[in-house]
Amino acid sequence: MDANEQTPFATLAPLEPLMDKCVHCGFCLPTCPSYLLLGKEMDSPRGRIYTMRAGMEGRVDMSAPVVAHFDTCLGCMACETACPSGVKYAPLIEETRAAIEAHHPRPLGARLFRQLLFAVLPYHRRLRVLGAPLGLARALRALLPARLQRLIDLAPRATLSDLRITTAELTPARGEQRLKVGLLTGCVQRAFFGSVNEATVRVLAAEGCTVHAPRAQGCCGALALHAGEPDTARRFARALITVFEREGIDAIAVNAAGCGSSMKEYGHLLRDDPAFAERATRFASKVKDVTEILTTLPARVARKPMPLRIAYHDACHLGHAQGVRRQPRELLQSIPGVTLLPVAESDICCGSAGIFNLVQPEMSDALGARKAAYLAETGPDMVVTSNPGCILQIQAAAARAGTPLVVRHIVEVLDEATRGM
Amino acid sequence: MSALDSAFLSRLHAAAPGGVIDDPAERLTYESDALVHLRATPGAVVLPASAAEVQAVVRLCHERGVPFIARGHGTGLSGGALPHPDGVLIGLARLNRILDVDVPNLRVTVEPGVTNLDITRRVAPFGCYYAPDPSSQSVCSIGGNIAENSGGAHCLKYGFTVHHVLSVEAVLPDGTLTTIGSSALDAPGLDLLGVLVGSEGTLAVVTKAALRILRRPEAVLTLLAGFPSIDAAGDAVSAIIGHGIIPAAVEMMDRLTIDAAEASVQPNFPKTSAVLIVELDGPQSEVDDLFVTVERVCRQAGAETVEIARDQGQRERIWKGRKAAFAAMGRVSPNYYVQDGVVPRTRLSEVLRRIRDLEARSGLRIGNVFHAGDGNLHPLICYDEAIPGQAQHAEAVASEILQYCIDAGGAITGEHGVGADKKSYMSKMFADADLDTMQLVRCAFDPANLCNPGKVFPTPRLCGEVPGPYRQHPVERAGLGERF
Ligand SMILES: Cc1cc2nc3c(=O)[nH]c(=O)nc-3n(C[C@H](O)[C@H](O)[C@H](O)COP(=O)(O)OP(=O)(O)OC[C@H]3O[C@@H](n4cnc5c(N)ncnc54)[C@H](O)[C@@H]3O)c2cc1C
Ligand code: SF4
Ligand code: SF4
Repeated sequence: MDANEQTPFATLAPLEPLMDKCVHCGFCLPTCPSYLLLGKEMDSPRGRIYTMRAGMEGRVDMSAPVVAHFDTCLGCMACETACPSGVKYAPLIEETRAAIEAHHPRPLGARLFRQLLFAVLPYHRRLRVLGAPLGLARALRALLPARLQRLIDLAPRATLSDLRITTAELTPARGEQRLKVGLLTGCVQRAFFGSVNEATVRVLAAEGCTVHAPRAQGCCGALALHAGEPDTARRFARALITVFEREGIDAIAVNAAGCGSSMKEYGHLLRDDPAFAERATRFASKVKDVTEILTTLPARVARKPMPLRIAYHDACHLGHAQGVRRQPRELLQSIPGVTLLPVAESDICCGSAGIFNLVQPEMSDALGARKAAYLAETGPDMVVTSNPGCILQIQAAAARAGTPLVVRHIVEVLDEATRGM
Repeated sequence: MSALDSAFLSRLHAAAPGGVIDDPAERLTYESDALVHLRATPGAVVLPASAAEVQAVVRLCHERGVPFIARGHGTGLSGGALPHPDGVLIGLARLNRILDVDVPNLRVTVEPGVTNLDITRRVAPFGCYYAPDPSSQSVCSIGGNIAENSGGAHCLKYGFTVHHVLSVEAVLPDGTLTTIGSSALDAPGLDLLGVLVGSEGTLAVVTKAALRILRRPEAVLTLLAGFPSIDAAGDAVSAIIGHGIIPAAVEMMDRLTIDAAEASVQPNFPKTSAVLIVELDGPQSEVDDLFVTVERVCRQAGAETVEIARDQGQRERIWKGRKAAFAAMGRVSPNYYVQDGVVPRTRLSEVLRRIRDLEARSGLRIGNVFHAGDGNLHPLICYDEAIPGQAQHAEAVASEILQYCIDAGGAITGEHGVGADKKSYMSKMFADADLDTMQLVRCAFDPANLCNPGKVFPTPRLCGEVPGPYRQHPVERAGLGERF
């Protein structure tokens, strides 16, 4: 029998041209957080691509050590930014993860934990139900298994008012309408960062956008996709496309970088679904990070001065995956009095990375500590970023290091600057 | 399965606790450096965390007669870090600390796994930098740079790695830890440091290095000129140097490599057949003065566009375009082979013309990007592995180019080293007597031939083997010298 037919990596075969692009130059090594921490070729993008090919060619099995080196990948896509040869790593790792989840039996504990995550995280209602008794869980923390303790530690300390916020389904533009925008309210975002969604709506409306935030929308599927569950991701994607198609909008605003990067790839995700392929591509072309939308609209509202030294943290899924780096900086600099501080290692992941901080706690903590130290070193009044996961991660790491940092989502800062103007 | 027995492996684990990689699937990822067509799975990989661990590993190998090979970050282009199937690959990636920064004495001390660019990043706040700047500087290790005597765009004015190493701590093939060189700029006695730098990992494993750093010049001016042909750009280079100007860097790229760089990092180069990047540095008044001459010379040589980098951002964009050029070839060709040869600068245009004829004859596209000031050529031969026979054809073409370099009085490598890839060309460049002499030096360090064996030298004559009857050296035959 042909080696290709037996190998559990066989589904990678159609992606061989993507692997061929890798010329083994190593330029991706220094920006890869897992290589930075572990120093092993297997934990680098170059090594992972090499292993994928070896797997596809039947030279290696899907053994526990092989799987472990894919598990240490944060999916931060820093390697795509660094690669001079244009290797597209995202589809490669997604397909590999799918192959692993399909063929590799994980130990029971790990399996149950992952199932729990996937049963709760993508559903804002379940998260919210979980949110209220979280206080109780914190009190009983010591009695819980380590993995659950961690989940609780990382969970945002949502206030009751946060939990009660429900974004209005329709918010009219202030003044003449410039754009009709749909807002992804997200799952984690909606449950714990309701105030960020509120701020997004206010800023967009102030700049002349009519904002639709259909209540029927669910998760975008990013968490599932990044964890090797493409079928689940596709189910979420179809539902989301259908919901937003009804509204007839110009753009879909996203304020969570991880969601935005996945939604921009819906065309690829649903390429084999005849009923959805074309619709998905059209939908994807309308997906924009909220900072992209705001920079294309010349500011209508004056910004009030905020004398702040700000360290801006590039969320990997915004900077590396979507190439959006200029826009948030421009927006911050449009606020009089803001000084942007240069941050060392700004291209390295903070360790949050979707569910990475829950499934690889040691590496995640090490990266968080590194990030918090470099941010603290700049002596900022405030750290600003554009992804809820990063906010939680940086806050937690800075608190652990004894150098607490004020971390805000960029739209909250913009909201503050444009309010009452 | 590894050919190293379990007794050896357990001692290896003891020598470098937690640093041994012996799983077959994991070892696979260390099969090659950036020269992918040469590969071998190492018997074992070890990632020591200290010089003492390196020493323990080498001692063990020495005792058991097991070959060992040092590896930095695996960006070498000559197969220098190609593993031995029955040997130990010593990866130095974990020895990545900058141990000391001594600004008043313009000196840093680093471990070998520190990347080239990390040094500059670390000393930049003090207005300093580390001068040798290979295009791979963001990735490649100082250990690799020392082994290959790596160069870069700015070596025209500032010299190669060898000119910036003050001393190294290294483990010799018998396991002795020693320091070679001194912190002074010149040391008495034989220049062993000069022997070690550029020895491609065949004499010792470097565990620490003291390096010179330089103060940033007061002014830097980068000029980007577009020319209608490579020849015109070459004329400009000769004229600049003919005026007694030594620029900090003079780099040339042809259309194919410009296209690749554009597809990769969008440096926004002019749409001409060739571009020249000229960098001047020094005191402001000197730079301003020389710039007038350089610009005039470029225009006289036929430059169609001349652009000056106005700020740091623009400078970085230009250099990013140049430094991405090799790896960016992956954008325009399925596979490519980077050749590295050097010729006297005055013979550049003649060699380039022969390369162009060869391109037409061979049917393979050849891109050219090079350190024009040094005469260091990097022809990039494009091929497609999927087409049967094309890889071999590309190799033959690459080899013919080396012959052109030798014909023009040049050499078979400018900076990427001989490694495993070019060892068979050594006998084209050197007479047997020369090679024997080199072997004597090598044997003095590594009599058992365990330290990166099978590299650099064409036919590994065993140490102690009689080199054969006396043969006249070609220099003697030509009446240019005599034996004494
Ligand atoms: C895209 C690209 C561009 C490049 N551009 C340049 C350039 O402009 N100029 C240039 O000179 N080179 C260039 N190179 C080649 C390469 O980067 C250099 O040769 C570099 O010095 C290799 O460093 P490394 O850490 O990757 O070493 P490796 O590839 O890991 O090893 C190279 C050699 O060094 C030996 N070695 C490594 N560490 C040690 C040690 N601690 N002690 C003893 N021996 C050791 C190895 O045995 C091997 O022989 C380029 C490579 C690529 C892929
Ligand atoms: S930078 Fe790109 S081409 Fe180079 S090793 Fe990494 S993935 Fe491969
Ligand atoms: S996605 Fe991030 S962690 Fe994964 S290989 Fe790329 S750089 Fe490394």
